[in-house]
Amino acid sequence: MYSVNYHRAASVSDAAKLLKNGDAKLLSGGMTLIPAMKTRLAAPSDLVDVSRLKDLQGVKVSGKTVTIGAVTTHYDASTDEKLKKACPALAHMASLIGDPAVRYKGTIGGSIANNDPAADYPAALLALDATIVTNKREIAADKFFKGLFETALKEGEIITAVSFTAPAKAAYQKFRNPASRYAIVGVFVAKGKDGVRAAVTGAGEDGVFRSKEIEAALAKNFDVAALGGLKVSAKGLMSDIHASADYRANLIAVMAKRAVAAANA
Amino acid sequence: MSDVSLTVNGRRVSGNAEDRTLLVHFLREHLGLTGTHVGCDTSQCGACVVHVDGRAVKSCSMLAVQASGSTIVTIEGLADGAELHPVQAAFKEHHGLQCGFCTPGMIMTATDMIARHPQGLDEATVRAELDGNICRCTGYHNIVKAILAASETMAKGAKGRAKQAA
Amino acid sequence: MGIEGVGARVARKEDKRFITGGGRYVDDMVVPGMKHAVFVRSPHAHAQIKKIDVKKAQAMPGVVGVLTGKEIKADGIGNLICGWMIHSKDGTPMKMGAWSPLAVDKVRYVGDAVVIVVADTKGQARDAAEAVEITYKELKAVVDATKAIQAGAPQIHAEADNNLIFDWELGDAKATDAAIKSAAHVTRMKIVNNRLVPNAMEPRAALGHYDKAEDHYTCWTTSQNPHVARLVMSAFYNVAPENKLRVIAPDVGGGFGSKIYIYPEEIVCLWASKKTGVPVKWVADRTESFLSDAHGRDHVSTVEMAFDKDNRITGLKVDTIANLGAYMSLFSSCVPTYLYATLLSGQYNIPAIHANVRTVYTNTAPVDAYRGAGRPEATYVLERMMETAARELGVSPAELRRRNFITSFPHQTPVIMAYDAGDYNASLDAAMKAADYAGFTRRRADAAKQGKLRGIGMSCYIEACGLAPSSAVGSLGAGVGLWESAEVRVNAVGTIEVLTGSHSHGQGHETTFAQLVTQRFGVPIDSVSIVHGDTDKVQMGMGTYGSRSGAVGMSAIVKALDKVEAKAKKIAAHLLEADEGDIVIENGEVKVAGTDKSLPWFQVALASYTAHNLPAGMEPGLKETAFYDPSNFTFPAGCYICEVEIDPETGTTEIVQFVAADDFGNIINPMIVEGQVHGGIAQGVGQALLEGTHYDASGQLLTASYMDYTMPRAGDLPSFKVSTSNTPCPGNPLGVKGCGEAGAIGSPPAVINAITDALGVVDIAMPASPATVWATIRAKK
Repeated sequence: MYSVNYHRAASVSDAAKLLKNGDAKLLSGGMTLIPAMKTRLAAPSDLVDVSRLKDLQGVKVSGKTVTIGAVTTHYDASTDEKLKKACPALAHMASLIGDPAVRYKGTIGGSIANNDPAADYPAALLALDATIVTNKREIAADKFFKGLFETALKEGEIITAVSFTAPAKAAYQKFRNPASRYAIVGVFVAKGKDGVRAAVTGAGEDGVFRSKEIEAALAKNFDVAALGGLKVSAKGLMSDIHASADYRANLIAVMAKRAVAAANA
Repeated sequence: MSDVSLTVNGRRVSGNAEDRTLLVHFLREHLGLTGTHVGCDTSQCGACVVHVDGRAVKSCSMLAVQASGSTIVTIEGLADGAELHPVQAAFKEHHGLQCGFCTPGMIMTATDMIARHPQGLDEATVRAELDGNICRCTGYHNIVKAILAASETMAKGAKGRAKQAA
Repeated sequence: MGIEGVGARVARKEDKRFITGGGRYVDDMVVPGMKHAVFVRSPHAHAQIKKIDVKKAQAMPGVVGVLTGKEIKADGIGNLICGWMIHSKDGTPMKMGAWSPLAVDKVRYVGDAVVIVVADTKGQARDAAEAVEITYKELKAVVDATKAIQAGAPQIHAEADNNLIFDWELGDAKATDAAIKSAAHVTRMKIVNNRLVPNAMEPRAALGHYDKAEDHYTCWTTSQNPHVARLVMSAFYNVAPENKLRVIAPDVGGGFGSKIYIYPEEIVCLWASKKTGVPVKWVADRTESFLSDAHGRDHVSTVEMAFDKDNRITGLKVDTIANLGAYMSLFSSCVPTYLYATLLSGQYNIPAIHANVRTVYTNTAPVDAYRGAGRPEATYVLERMMETAARELGVSPAELRRRNFITSFPHQTPVIMAYDAGDYNASLDAAMKAADYAGFTRRRADAAKQGKLRGIGMSCYIEACGLAPSSAVGSLGAGVGLWESAEVRVNAVGTIEVLTGSHSHGQGHETTFAQLVTQRFGVPIDSVSIVHGDTDKVQMGMGTYGSRSGAVGMSAIVKALDKVEAKAKKIAAHLLEADEGDIVIENGEVKVAGTDKSLPWFQVALASYTAHNLPAGMEPGLKETAFYDPSNFTFPAGCYICEVEIDPETGTTEIVQFVAADDFGNIINPMIVEGQVHGGIAQGVGQALLEGTHYDASGQLLTASYMDYTMPRAGDLPSFKVSTSNTPCPGNPLGVKGCGEAGAIGSPPAVINAITDALGVVDIAMPASPATVWATIRAKK
């Protein structure tokens, strides 16, 4: 790791000020950033730690609206009784991230700000038509995720929360990379008041994406049978030593079917 | 450089370290607690697992200064004096270790796992919960056995204490 | 056996320190004034070094030294060696290319060490390492051994045309060809044994300390054989004469072969300590381990197996290309030859065998022995062939094996080995019973109802352990003898220290070796200590690899115990005024048989040291040394059965049961033996299902961390059903055969036989990852 200056932010506005230092980066759970710094793939001059900010922690459910603080850990999300009731699919998804020790530290805000093409949360938020709340504005998930490791976040912008309307039905199915435990393919399907949304992570060359084929098929009938003839094209899908684009295309169809079955169970 | 103040194994400690110092290196090099190990660069092997504020986390993926103010338990602080923690005792009884390198992290993960499952554990749960701990020697067979046994022992102990209290 | 003696499940004495954080590994060592080293490694697989500029790096904060290959050469430090000479079939010696501890004018694989940087902290050393400026001229690289031997491939070493190290053979080519020609049936396959990265959980490390006042070096290193390290560093690398070099291998976090070899880093750290005047510690990162630890396996074989009309094997012809990587590592040459081709008879009567082996340089990490070393490759060849042959011949896999089993012993194979004992039907019976083999058809039908594909596969392996009779290996080209040493020191108060040349890095020697002593003298196990891993404490020894600590290391202890017992009896007979032949030692007492006369054990020990009243002419003291050189290899064998269930939609394979029935000869501690089998199976299953080592065409290692190299995790494996049915080893004083490698040897073919059975295909590449299984299913459609 290169030398770095650590700051513990006292508030979101304090964090915003501290972010003006050199090439500063926000530190939340650090489960991606610290390992990247260790291997010298990331080299921020300053780290602004927001993980202890109480305002950014925890899940709130008000009616159908679910709000998750940006530094809520995967463990806390996966075990939160309110979330398990309002949107069990998301709690379940959080329980599939990394491993138990990683889930104790990693946060929803960190995950989506990084927008790793194989991360789980981006698929969930896209499918849930979530809103990403920052210290400056609110951004729809559709506008937030911008390709590999790219988001709509501007310099100095800090995610404070994520909110969404609890769907009628939803589920996430993940096929893990056997080595890294990230998703080779993860499919999140959600049936909300505005219809069905399905998002895919781990597979797209440009990162997380919504699958129009799956959404169209499920719009008519939210049932596994509706996906019977589903053919997912390998075009635009990643190919690497772990999985070919064809294999990923197959897994998208399989995971989509299993997700719908789980959502209806 | 920053001041790092921690409570480690019940003792308040402080030191001055470069901000880039990882918690695992602070424990090993500043405090001489070499039971916590480093086995990979990518936060996957779990040889470095310690408890920070009651949660089993990877001390290789956390800065020491990030942990400042926290309460930490390492493998050295798990036994109650000369009496082994039930998980330590079970690892020995069931041959849950060979070279010993992954063992401290395994034991710290196991104690956390058992604490989160007061209703008890089954083999599938134990195996899934060990996802972040890699062992090259044992094939996990006896680690799983040891954790299941410790879980039962501790449940009995808790029941015993509850009875006494009643 | 008693509760602490031979055969008892004694909990390990060494565990206390490991479970309380008190283990002492090399990275835990601190020497006053110690500095930290980082190696600058080649980012290219094949390149000329045009220029190295260290000025900027030297000026960085905290830097105490930046040293290069030119300097190490100028100081007379030697090139690394390969300790086993193999001659090609044309009589020419193997073509050994120079391997400098720090590359001088050429780099040959990604990770080749070029410069060492020493600084106050590891962070500073890394900062400075990035400031070292090296100008390379990139050359074309080759990573695939089958391509490296083709005309026009990039030449890696000037010494080896077409990158061919040797072209060696074993067996009778004519007889084998004749058998194939006249066969009723010939099974033919191309068999690939995938490259593996050992991945001991403790990364390699070295701490070199040169003491100027004493002109003496100390090296703490992650070694399976510290004495061999000292010998090689003294005799071949000119680091220091043996009496000026102490090598300590303290607690070592797993080896699996990868810590047998003397690598550039320990040599360079010792040299750099003298050069810089400070103790120098280096600890590998995991990625550095992936790049620079010796890898394992990487064979491609073309195989023909001939059968007569009664399904008896009449001949086996094997043509193997073995990838040895960029340099010849310490024992790399013996792995694909004498540890491989000599086992090609397996458990079977095969009248004619011929093996041809070509070893090849490539621009990849050096390849050497990894758990099993040659024997897993031989077993994989044979057991995949047997499975395929059974399917082709339309007989059950068990029946084909039984028909060809060797059943009378001793048995001379056509490939050097003379098997001394075994009962292969017994292992097969035990495994089939434990696996409920008969019930498989029903289980397969049940799985099919759930849309799953079930398969079952077996593997009947044999291995040669207890390396090895020194004169035999010497005649085959080994540079060292493979005996072992022991010293048994009885202290004046009767406690006992055993100094052994074996080295424990997880095997539990501190317990099993102590059990031998407890068994012999009836003293409590707590009064016995095992000392190992330090050349200043322990007499010359050969270390631990090849499942030799039991068969060879413990046999040396037995010999030393014999001598101690004989002397103790003489002293006791003298003190008790009895005949020496009437003295018995049991339960910590030395007695005269048939009388009530006895002495506590400690009094005999004390008498030997007070020396007030010893038999005439007897030297004081009770301490004996022994060297044990085995008369033959030992031959552990067994049968493994694997049952899998495959999800055809995703290609995921679940191992639903894994059964191991082994014959290890006599067993000292069953708990530890079972643990060895469990770990070995996990590594074998890892090879078959999970662990793929990928270099791209330019020689970059794509699987250089746990993000891309799949280590077996708890969730990938079931609990194993293991048992033993033992035929004592007649040539071994303890009747033991060795158990350390069996699991890794026997399991890969069992897994692949099960998967190919489930899928109804002839072959599938290892690792049979979900992606590979899915692609195989799709290709079949």
